[in-house]
Amino acid sequence: MQSKKLGEQTYIFSHPLPILSTGSVVGKKEGAGPLGSSFDEIIADPLYGEKSWELGESKMVRRAMDLALTKAKLTFADLDLMFGGDLLNQLIAVNLAARHVPVPFFGLFGACSTFAEALGLAGIALDGGFAAKVLVSASSHYQTAERQFRYPTELGIQRKQTAHRTVTGAAAAIIGTSGGGPALTGITVGKVIDAGVKDINDMGAAMAPAAVDTIERHFSDTGRKSDYYDLIVTGDLGSIGKSLAQDMLAEAGYEIKNNYADCGVLIYAPEQDMHAGGSGCACSATVFSGYFYSQLITAELQRILLVSTGALLSPTSFQQGETIPAIAHAVSIEKV
Amino acid sequence: MGQIVLNLFIANKFSTEDATGLTATVMVAIGALLTGLGWYDVLGKFAGAGSAVPITGFANSIVSPALEFKREGFVLGVGARMFAVAGPVLVYGILTSVLVGVVCFLAGTGGG
Repeated sequence: MQSKKLGEQTYIFSHPLPILSTGSVVGKKEGAGPLGSSFDEIIADPLYGEKSWELGESKMVRRAMDLALTKAKLTFADLDLMFGGDLLNQLIAVNLAARHVPVPFFGLFGACSTFAEALGLAGIALDGGFAAKVLVSASSHYQTAERQFRYPTELGIQRKQTAHRTVTGAAAAIIGTSGGGPALTGITVGKVIDAGVKDINDMGAAMAPAAVDTIERHFSDTGRKSDYYDLIVTGDLGSIGKSLAQDMLAEAGYEIKNNYADCGVLIYAPEQDMHAGGSGCACSATVFSGYFYSQLITAELQRILLVSTGALLSPTSFQQGETIPAIAHAVSIEKV
Repeated sequence: MGQIVLNLFIANKFSTEDATGLTATVMVAIGALLTGLGWYDVLGKFAGAGSAVPITGFANSIVSPALEFKREGFVLGVGARMFAVAGPVLVYGILTSVLVGVVCFLAGTGGG
């Protein structure tokens, strides 16, 4: 059997795997941002009619799943497998949503890299012949993340300019083995990289080296040049991490000034005063599912490399003084 | 802010000592009220240390976790988490006062 592994960390699928549909819901601030009109639904109430923020986030996950299924004219019975994750302890947002769904499920924690991780694993399962239709999901929520990782939301503190705001929202995508549309063609699986950053309010600096490592590895494994892609999109490096990543890539000989974007920078307008930008699993998940997916459909974009970036910290690890490990997974999505 | 309240009390024939205590009480109540209304975090964004250092900030640091963890119940939520932010201030504030007391005692100044 011919190996599908290319170089050290990259898998190229034997057939393009079409992304049949996507669903995305976001909160009020994201809806008010420059990409507001590209999301399916804007949910102004962070509780989403539930009695806690966690249940609200969980309901957003379910809503994104339902939207993706409806658009693909499928039901849960058509799915073979689901991969999903969020930022909460024991993945309660997606687990509480999945308890009402009769589909085999793998829960994933890759922090904010979860969406690309789920897409890559879906690709591996589909290309390996283990499934014919797979749903992936990822979510995050400003209030649930703040209270788990930082401070109570009503505490009057000033945030640093390097800090991110966790994106409220959820996204889902359904990937199949046949059909039209933009397709998954490969994944470069990231390694955990620790750049020695300790400041939880400067996650862009912690994640940029991981993004750079994966992007460099993707190019060296595939032999592709940086202009192969119309756009290379990182997940949530924010304004500081983005320029860091650009500088590091330029040093390594990859000029990506004109075809590089970051979901965390795109999702809020500068006048919204969100400091470094958006973060959270939902950042790259909703921006891809809402904004880039439709650009791939209309052929404004032909090929993108989605590099979701995750800061793998926990309240325990940073309180014990540990540095922040980070990871980035890169998935190629091409119009075929 | 505090000075205005203090002057009001003194103008209403309270002794300076009573007025100081009453002012602190009023400022704590204002801090707690603004937190409950969801305004203190907005104030904190603009005022920074100006809102964090005075006693209103101390009220905010107790009321905000109490509100936040109400959904985990009154015992394990509000009760257990209320001092999550202010707890260290209390522990080290009291510890410092004890240490100063011991030093003063040994130095023979006997608490002034």
